[in-house]
Amino acid sequence: MSPLDHKLLRDLWRMKGQGAAIGAVIGVGVMLMVMMTGLTVSLTETRAAYYDRYRLADVFASVARAPDRMADRVALLPGVAAVESRIVGRALIEVPGEALGIQAQAVSLPERGRPDLNDIYLTDGRMLDGSRADDVIVLESFAKAHALLPGDSLRATMNGSRRTFRIIGLAQSPEFLYTTAPGEMVPDDARFGVIWMSRSSLAATYDLDGAFNDLLIGLTRDARQDAVITAVDDLLDPFGGRGAYGREDQASNRFVSEEISGLEAAAKGVPPIFLAVAAFLLYIVMSRMVQSEREEIGLMKAFGYTNAEVGAHYFKMILAIAAGGALAGCLAGIAAGRMMIGMYLIYFKFPFLVFQLDPASFVIGVSASILAASAGGLFVLRRVFALDPAAAMRPPAPANYVRAGQMGRTLARRLDQPSRMVLRRILRQPARMAGAMIGIATGMALSVSMITIYAGFDRTIDLTFSVVDRSDATVSFTHPVSDKTLFELGRLPGVTHVEGMRHVPVVFENGRNSFRGVLTGLPPDPRLNRALDADMAPIPLPERGIVLSVYIAQTLDLRPGDMVRIDLREGRQPILEVPVAGIAQTLLGSPAYMDLSALNALLGEPGRVTSAALTLDPVRAEAVYAELRDMPTVVGVSVKAQAHDAFVEIMDTGAGSVRYVMGAMAFIITFGIVYNAARIAFAERERDLASLRVIGFTSGEAAFVLLGELAVVVFVALPLGGVLGYYLSFGIAAGFSTELYQIPALFDPVSYGSAMLVVLGAAFVSGLLVVRDLNRSDLVEALKRRE
Amino acid sequence: MTSPAFTTRGLTKVYGEGHTAVHALRGVDLEIPRGEVVVLLGPSGSGKSTLLNILGGLDRATDGTALFHDTNLSEMTDRQLTRFRRDHVGFVFQFYNLMPSLTARENVELVTEIAQAPLDAGDALALVGLADRADHFPAQLSGGEQQRVAIARAIAKQPQVLFCDEPTGALDSQTGRTVLKVLQDVNDQLGSTILMVTHAAHTAKMADRVIHFADGAIREVVLNATKLNPEEIAW
Repeated sequence: MSPLDHKLLRDLWRMKGQGAAIGAVIGVGVMLMVMMTGLTVSLTETRAAYYDRYRLADVFASVARAPDRMADRVALLPGVAAVESRIVGRALIEVPGEALGIQAQAVSLPERGRPDLNDIYLTDGRMLDGSRADDVIVLESFAKAHALLPGDSLRATMNGSRRTFRIIGLAQSPEFLYTTAPGEMVPDDARFGVIWMSRSSLAATYDLDGAFNDLLIGLTRDARQDAVITAVDDLLDPFGGRGAYGREDQASNRFVSEEISGLEAAAKGVPPIFLAVAAFLLYIVMSRMVQSEREEIGLMKAFGYTNAEVGAHYFKMILAIAAGGALAGCLAGIAAGRMMIGMYLIYFKFPFLVFQLDPASFVIGVSASILAASAGGLFVLRRVFALDPAAAMRPPAPANYVRAGQMGRTLARRLDQPSRMVLRRILRQPARMAGAMIGIATGMALSVSMITIYAGFDRTIDLTFSVVDRSDATVSFTHPVSDKTLFELGRLPGVTHVEGMRHVPVVFENGRNSFRGVLTGLPPDPRLNRALDADMAPIPLPERGIVLSVYIAQTLDLRPGDMVRIDLREGRQPILEVPVAGIAQTLLGSPAYMDLSALNALLGEPGRVTSAALTLDPVRAEAVYAELRDMPTVVGVSVKAQAHDAFVEIMDTGAGSVRYVMGAMAFIITFGIVYNAARIAFAERERDLASLRVIGFTSGEAAFVLLGELAVVVFVALPLGGVLGYYLSFGIAAGFSTELYQIPALFDPVSYGSAMLVVLGAAFVSGLLVVRDLNRSDLVEALKRRE
Repeated sequence: MTSPAFTTRGLTKVYGEGHTAVHALRGVDLEIPRGEVVVLLGPSGSGKSTLLNILGGLDRATDGTALFHDTNLSEMTDRQLTRFRRDHVGFVFQFYNLMPSLTARENVELVTEIAQAPLDAGDALALVGLADRADHFPAQLSGGEQQRVAIARAIAKQPQVLFCDEPTGALDSQTGRTVLKVLQDVNDQLGSTILMVTHAAHTAKMADRVIHFADGAIREVVLNATKLNPEEIAW
């Protein structure tokens, strides 16, 4: 080992604290990258394997009633590899202890054997064998939420008649990773169930003997999905086809995709921030080191070491820190990934897991760290090369303050000497001060944007559940019912207000873009569910025209006044062009609104509603629920408080929960930058500060010279960071927004105040730590040093 | 008779512990009368700087007492030591220790702003012969000039004691002589006691009292019958 390498090892040991801190920043970046790409790859692969093994359909088509032969017709279409026809229906499950029935979907399975498509994974009990009509298999997550086990009985109302079933098994299904009750936005295991039962039993219940109302289609490898969908629609239209759609529009898969792409975005966006910060810190620390080792550098050069050899020595140090951090990050990433994937397994309800690490993430992680560190280091090496051996051996001349002394003369005249020292140091090295300011401003910006996002999440919840929707509960009907039902509801003791609504499945189209959603008919001047503009003022619904939520308007690139094609998938299925009358500010789901009478007129079914929003007297709410459960036309009741809780849970456990990790990271980075700035300022001034102490300055007075500079830098950085954070929060908000919920980038003064407190807090703690070192520093030692 | 500027009894300083312990001072008994120029002479590592640092309130003794007039420095808190340095003591170091961001005058004002009965900063600089360089920054001054600014800064508070640790160590002979001359003038005009550490024997010729140091103890104290003027010292 060469003497230089000995020196290298000792230097690394000496600066282990700072080296470890920088290595940790690199490590966290690489860890996040390895972990998150590993998670996305694993989730994507697991999902693909799950879909493949349990033969999830590629195309889904729902129809009012089609004879069985139509399934054979579809099977003959080019590109179709497999077809499975089945019957699905709505059911209302009674669970002991719950006043309200719980909405469920009943799905048929073949009398015996496995379905060709959308197979289920039995986790407990046994499959149907066609022996008993009342055997059912229940979705495991729903069963768990209500402590149901094989052998238990289950009471449910289907198509108006109440039946008792026997649970023979529990199952998971790739089709129902996430279950969302019709008319609701947020998936919730407890409030929407799936039961599988025999085809004949369901056919009898829904009068669909020799017919089906749901068709699953598997495609060949080279099939063109669009062409198949068009052909299927043509075949099923006469039978009340509601429009076939691909897997990408399937509700559960859509939600899983959103979650995975949320993770993917975070995996790409966050690590570079860490690496950039690390490069910046490395640059500062190494340039400080080269400055203090100028004598050694001069000596090495005088002995005949070449620039390249001396440069390599310092470069190795940078590499050691970067590679050490990156390797630790890789290991931590693998460990954290394994831990997280276990949690995601539960969250996504996959029956098995393909844990895969993305080898590319290691390569990219390590090489990006080394590149970032080298970028920081190269600037330092330039200074190593520039050092002339003879000059390096002489003690450095006092730093030249002549120019800085010329500046700010008038200001200086009003200041005492310590303040002048602060002022001139800032004036003398504006670039370095700017570096520190930008660093701290970046920390501030990260904190601002993350805290803004927290406020955004709160805002989304608040806006959705107290401003847009002011009801206490929403009742869904089995079919479009006469609005006289609303009067019946209004007469129930405990119901204080009723408003009818109509939900119709619809495809919005603008040119080549389309969006599958739901069109909601609202009564004039609604009080409970409202379309609101950006200023939270109600948007009046015109007789002709629709109001779109921001998400749909953006997806379809529509502005008020534009025409949009709507393809209503109910009743006589009219297709027509209507003007966009306004854009509604909604943060949960992607609704579209139309005047209720106008919507009914389009469908040719006047006076119909599919659901009703209620306000309730809280004391009598339970009694109302009991009444509702016994109404044959009521298929389900959603209680807003429960929907609120489910939504909060979704935002806190899925991709949305990353915000807490990022918030913590933002704080760590902010603190790291501020503390480093303080440390470096201290290292550079240790001798001056010791001199001040010797000539009789108290430690407080000496600390002023040091902290005054930090204070100026921090106070300039605060507004700068606020501005940066304002823009950054838009990017981060967009990253966190999904189709399910949108997170607004608010200008929320409290967020800015809090971020400011974070930075000031970090500065205060850093200041305390540095002053502690100042008090501890050995005056005699500090003075002996030549600088 | 007034008490001496400094009195020490059994002053001991040990660095480290056990086998690695280094005895920098091994029980020093000493009296330094007020108003004298005293030179502490000895090879490096003999303990002379340690003694200077303890008397100057920069360091603490492991054992023994050190009195400044009648006050025991060993019993002072950090705050009191700071007060002591601030009110009574001036320091001059081998490497000047000026604030590079302040001009010569401002470096002196650094002290006059916090002292009780300071000289005018301009007068202090005039005393060291640098009245015309008052608005220069350290980077614009030669080594000798920087050291004279450091002396001006040290004397501006009119200290009762002036400590100098190798004040001419980094200077050539001619500049060194000028600096010593300034110290002599300060002693003459302000009456400050001057305690100077050096390993350059010739400096001793300007002292009233020369204390020879070796191995952490006083080997010999010599009183100079005839002090030389610094300008006459052969370097």
